[in-house]
Amino acid sequence: MRVMKDCLRVASLMAAGAALIASVSATPASSQEKVLRAVLHADVRVLDPHWTTATIAGIHGMLVYDTLFGNNSQLEPKPQMVDRYEVSADRLTYTFTLRDGLKFHDGQPVTSKDVIPSLRRWAAKDGVGQRLFSFVKSFEAVDAKTFRMELTKPYGMVLESLGKTGTSVPIIMREQDALTDPNTQIKEAIGSGPFRFAKDQWVPGSKAVYLKNPDYVPRPGNEPASFFAGSKFAGVDRIELVWISDAQTAMQALINGEIDFYENPNIDFYPILEQAKGVRLAPTGEIDSHQGMIRLNHLHPPFNNKKARQAMYHLVNQEDFLRAVVGDPKYYSVCHGLITCKTPFASDGGSQLFKDHNPKKALQMFKEAGYNGEPIVILATTDHNTITPATQVLIQAMREAGLNVDAQAMDWGTTVTRRAKKDPPAQGGWNIFVTTTGGMNASHPVLHTWIGAACDKGLFGWPCNDKIEALRNDFAFAQTLEEKKRIARDLQALAMDEVVYVPFGQWNQLIAYRSDRLSGFVPNTGLVVLWNIEKK
Amino acid sequence: MTAYILRRLLATIPVMGVVAVFVFFLLRFAPGDPAAIIAGEDATVQQIAAVRAKLGLDRPVLEQFAIWVWGMLQGDFGTSIFSNMPVTRLILQRLEPTLALTLSTLLVAILLAIPLGVLAAARSRRLSDRLVMLFAVMGFACPVFLVGYVLIYVFAMKLGWLPVQGYVPISQGIWAWAERLILPSLALGITYMALIARITRASMLEVLAQDYIRTANSKGLTTGRVLLLHALKNASVPIVTVIGIGIALLISGVVITETVFNIPGLGRLTVDAVLKRDYPIVQGLIIVFAGVKVLVNLLIDISYVFLDPRIRY
Repeated sequence: MRVMKDCLRVASLMAAGAALIASVSATPASSQEKVLRAVLHADVRVLDPHWTTATIAGIHGMLVYDTLFGNNSQLEPKPQMVDRYEVSADRLTYTFTLRDGLKFHDGQPVTSKDVIPSLRRWAAKDGVGQRLFSFVKSFEAVDAKTFRMELTKPYGMVLESLGKTGTSVPIIMREQDALTDPNTQIKEAIGSGPFRFAKDQWVPGSKAVYLKNPDYVPRPGNEPASFFAGSKFAGVDRIELVWISDAQTAMQALINGEIDFYENPNIDFYPILEQAKGVRLAPTGEIDSHQGMIRLNHLHPPFNNKKARQAMYHLVNQEDFLRAVVGDPKYYSVCHGLITCKTPFASDGGSQLFKDHNPKKALQMFKEAGYNGEPIVILATTDHNTITPATQVLIQAMREAGLNVDAQAMDWGTTVTRRAKKDPPAQGGWNIFVTTTGGMNASHPVLHTWIGAACDKGLFGWPCNDKIEALRNDFAFAQTLEEKKRIARDLQALAMDEVVYVPFGQWNQLIAYRSDRLSGFVPNTGLVVLWNIEKK
Repeated sequence: MTAYILRRLLATIPVMGVVAVFVFFLLRFAPGDPAAIIAGEDATVQQIAAVRAKLGLDRPVLEQFAIWVWGMLQGDFGTSIFSNMPVTRLILQRLEPTLALTLSTLLVAILLAIPLGVLAAARSRRLSDRLVMLFAVMGFACPVFLVGYVLIYVFAMKLGWLPVQGYVPISQGIWAWAERLILPSLALGITYMALIARITRASMLEVLAQDYIRTANSKGLTTGRVLLLHALKNASVPIVTVIGIGIALLISGVVITETVFNIPGLGRLTVDAVLKRDYPIVQGLIIVFAGVKVLVNLLIDISYVFLDPRIRY
C-alpha cells in the first residue's frame, strides 16, 4: 500500500515535471521563415574576400557583396551590377554605368566612388587583377554612376577579369572599407548583395548567418542564372552556414534532415547518399570541379632538369590516381592536358608526352638527367580527402619505378608552409607536393594561375619560361575565338613540355542536398552559389 | 583554511607562468605557418610574407612573447589571426556549450557510476559485480568517437528519438537544449563512469572490511543505511579525488565529443585553432584549461575537509 502511494507520488511529480518542461520548451521559430542550413567545405572565419584567396571567403563574399560582371558557365562575362557599358573602337576605353537602385546594406547607394577603390584594392593582391591593372592608364569616375577605365593596350580580358568566378573575387565594397590597406582585414562585412551578414550571430568556426536583403534589386528581365551571371534573388529568408567538421556527422545530419545542403560529402559516402530518401547527389556544374596536380620543384635536382620532369609523365597513370581519389568512374575523367578537358580552350596540345606509361623508361630518363639515387622529398599530406590518397599512389609509383623517395608525412597546414620554401630539399625544402585546382580556373589560360611560369614571382615550384608568360599575354590580347584557341593549344603544348606540373586527371566533386525541400540550385564549378535556392 | 587557500592561489602563479612559456614556444616551434594558411591556396610567397608581416609574426619570438604576456596581464588574450575577433570573446562564445556538456556528463556519470560501484562492492564476486566490472572494462576500451557514432546510428538514425548533432542554447528552451546533450553526455560519460565505478568499488571494498562496518551491521542497521551513511561517506575521499582527476580526462574527451556531435564548444575551438595555427586562440585556451585544472584541484582539496573531519589545513 505504502509502495503504491510512493509510486503514485513519483508519477505525479514526473507528470508535473514533463508539463513544466513542455511549457518552457522553445516556441518554434516563425513557421513562415525559410532557413537554409548548409555545410560547406570550411568554416567562415575571414570576412574580407580581398584579403585571402581561400574559397570559403569567396563564397561568403558572393552572398554579401556583388560584382560588376559575372561569368556564366561558358566563361562569358555578363553585366551584373553594370547596367550598360561601352568599349571604344580601339578597345582602349571602357565606360561603365551602374544599374539603378543598388544600395549597400547600410542604406548608402553604390556609386563610382565605391567601385574604383574596391577594384584597386582587389587588384593589389589578386594575380588576375594585377595583370589587368598593369594595362590600366587611368580609372576614374565620370559621375556618381559612371566610371571609365583607359588602357595602355587593348587588353582583351577586362570584362572576364571583372566577372572572375575564382578567388579572390572582384567584389565591390563601400569606399570606406575599400580604402583599407589590402594587407589588413576590413572590420565590417557590408555589401550590396542579396544577403546581409548577421555579424552579431556569427560564431567563428561554428556558424555564419546571412539574412535576406529586402532591398536587393536583381537584374531585370528575370535572366536565367548561370554561374555568377543572370538574375540573383534571395530564395530563402536566412542562410546558416553551419560548420560540421566530422564528415560522418554531416552526412547523417543531412540524411536526418537537420541540414539541407552539404557541399563536399566524402566520396566514400556517395553510395549511402545515393540511397538516402529525399537526398540528391548532383555535380557542382557542367565543368569538372577539380583537377589534380603533381607540382615539381624546378629549383633543385632532379627536377631542375627537364628530362627528369618529363620522366614523370611515364610514371603517372591517371586511372590509378583517379580510382584512389574518386573511386567511381562516373565522376572522373582522364585528361592528358593542363587546361580542363571538355571546356572551350581544351586541346590535345602536348598530350603526346603522356601516352606512354612506362616506369622503366622513366627511370632511364632520370638517370640520363643525372639522377644517382638521391632522396626525392615528397611533402606527404596526411589529412586531406583527395591529396592524401593521390600522394600515396604517387609515392608507390615512384618507388616501384626504382626511385628513392623520402615521403615526409605532415598535415596540410604544414605542407602549405613548407611548399613556400626555396631551400634545397635536404635543408627543409621539397621536390614534390600534390595539390588540386579548380576546374573552372584551370579552363582558362589566364585565370589558370598554375599554368604560369613566372619564375620567382610565380607559384610554388617556380617554373621559369618567358614564352609561356608571353603566350598567356597573347591570349589576353587575342580578338577572336579561333585565335584564342590556337594560342591556348600552343600554350598547353609548351607548358606540358616544360612540365609546369603533371596533371593526374579531373573529377567532379558532388554536392548533396535535400531534393524534397530545395529547388533552384544554380550549378557553379567555381564557388558554390546559394542564391536562388528556394525551400518548401 | 583561508591562509591555506591563499597559499595555494599564490602557488598557481609560477604554475601558470610555466604553462604560458611552454605553450607559447611549443606553438612557435611547431611546423606550420598561419600566414600561409590565411593567404590561401593560390597566394604567392610575397603575399604570404606580407600577411606574416601584417600579423606581426615576422617579429623576434621573444618580442612576440613579451607582447602577449603584457597583454594577458591586462586581461587581453589577443586577437584571433583569422577571424580578427578578441580571443576572450571567442572563448566566452563557446563556454556555455562546453560547460553544459561537461556538467551534464559529470552529472550522468556520477549519478550512475557511484551506485554501480556501491552495488558491485556490496555484491562482491557475484553476477552483478562481474557485470559492473565488465561495463567498466568496456567503458575504458571503447573510444569516445566509436560510442558516439553507435549512439547516433541507433538513437538518431534508426529510432529517430534524438537529433544527430548540434547545440541549442538553454535560452531557446530547456528540452531543445537537453535533447542535444543526451547522446554526447552518454558517449563522453561512459569512460568517466567506468573510472568512477571501479574506484568506488575498490574504495568501498576497503571500507566494508573495517571493524566499524561490522559493528554497524551487528547493531541491526539496514544494509542501505550501512552502505550509504557509514561506508560510502568514509570511502568518498578517493572517489572525489578521481572525479577531480577525471576532469582532465573530460577536457580531452570533450574535444572529440564536440567534433562528433558538432557542439560549438571550447574543444572544437581548440582543434580548429591548432589545425589552422591560430596561435592566440590556442595560447588563450591552454591558459584557461590550465587555470580550470588548478582551480578544480584546489576545490577537491578543500572538499576533503568536509568529507573527513580528521583533515585540517
